[in-house]
Amino acid sequence: MADTITLEVTRYHPGRDKEPGLQTYGVPLRKEWVILDALNYVKDRLDGSLTFRWSCRMGVCGSCGMMVNGEPKLTCATFLSDYAPGPVRVEPMKNFPILRDLVVDPSDFLVKLTKSKPWLIRKEERPLAEGEYLQTPEQLDTYKQFSMCINCMLCYAACPVYGLDPLFSGPAAIALAQRYNMDSRDQGADERMDILSQHDGIWGCTFVGDCTEVCPKNVDPAGAIQQYKLTATREWVKSFLMPWQGK
Amino acid sequence: MPGSAQVLPKMYRTRMSTYWWLGRWPYLKFILRELSSVFVAWFVIMTLLQIDALRRGPADYMEFQEWLRNPVVIALNIISFFFVIFHAVTWFNLAPKAMAIRAGGKRVPAVLIAGPNYIAWVAISAAVAWLLLRG
Repeated sequence: MADTITLEVTRYHPGRDKEPGLQTYGVPLRKEWVILDALNYVKDRLDGSLTFRWSCRMGVCGSCGMMVNGEPKLTCATFLSDYAPGPVRVEPMKNFPILRDLVVDPSDFLVKLTKSKPWLIRKEERPLAEGEYLQTPEQLDTYKQFSMCINCMLCYAACPVYGLDPLFSGPAAIALAQRYNMDSRDQGADERMDILSQHDGIWGCTFVGDCTEVCPKNVDPAGAIQQYKLTATREWVKSFLMPWQGK
Repeated sequence: MPGSAQVLPKMYRTRMSTYWWLGRWPYLKFILRELSSVFVAWFVIMTLLQIDALRRGPADYMEFQEWLRNPVVIALNIISFFFVIFHAVTWFNLAPKAMAIRAGGKRVPAVLIAGPNYIAWVAISAAVAWLLLRG
């Protein structure tokens, strides 16, 4: 194995540059290093001005998502040696505005996430004295997969529908809505359905399926959206056949 | 809450290329899957034309068969055949994604949902082939 590998990293300074460009750096090629280690090496030893986000470096915080050779990846979970002999291209996540170098602006995702109401909604709260809302392991299992989402936004970087139509709610926001819809303690499915059964919600999805492929937590947002479509269709048929039932 | 545009410096917005679907295999696969509907429609039209020729009598049906022997039509039908198979396979594989059925406290495995679709597909195709080819 060679001693070094070349990184081609996107650089963009908002006040100075008209558009992003690539800068190359030679970094040590170590078997145990992930892409994030290489970026930190650049930052510490070669160029302190390189800007990128990271925090936990163990696949939990979801901060270090970037495009590695054109694929959305958590850079803390992507080994440098898998790209030997290189070069490795590291770019900011696609489909988001670039703030600086490898840092993108997540505001749009955060707005969409809030709109899908990813929290427990109760029509009536039980008094505290009655204790917790109990849940069986089976009930937990119905939504657990979707609850593993770490909001890393790799699914948005993979989604061409979001890239072409920024109004689309997007994979993670819908998967998280579904996570709460399927929670036995939740009573907010109707509220979420009103928002996500719009054209920009679940029906915007054309099932490219790449969101599921790139998800580092095996959340399967594409599956969540298709299941949501099935529920929405069932509800529509029900309301058509039995209009007196209401909501 | 102020939008980021009000508090952050000028951001660079990338635009998706018209040829975005050529960049990654999953995207190309998606476009091919969508395109497969055109070939499904072609098979439907051809079947309708065939039924119509059958209705009009033996001479017209012979003419239709002659048209089917045209190399361009043969080539188109071979391509359509593979696209229709691709269409069916992707559709059957979608079924377990959309149907989260639970039994005995566990989610029913994908193979048990897609499997019956494949079995029905093969059985119905075999029945149709038997009806048409039995001589």
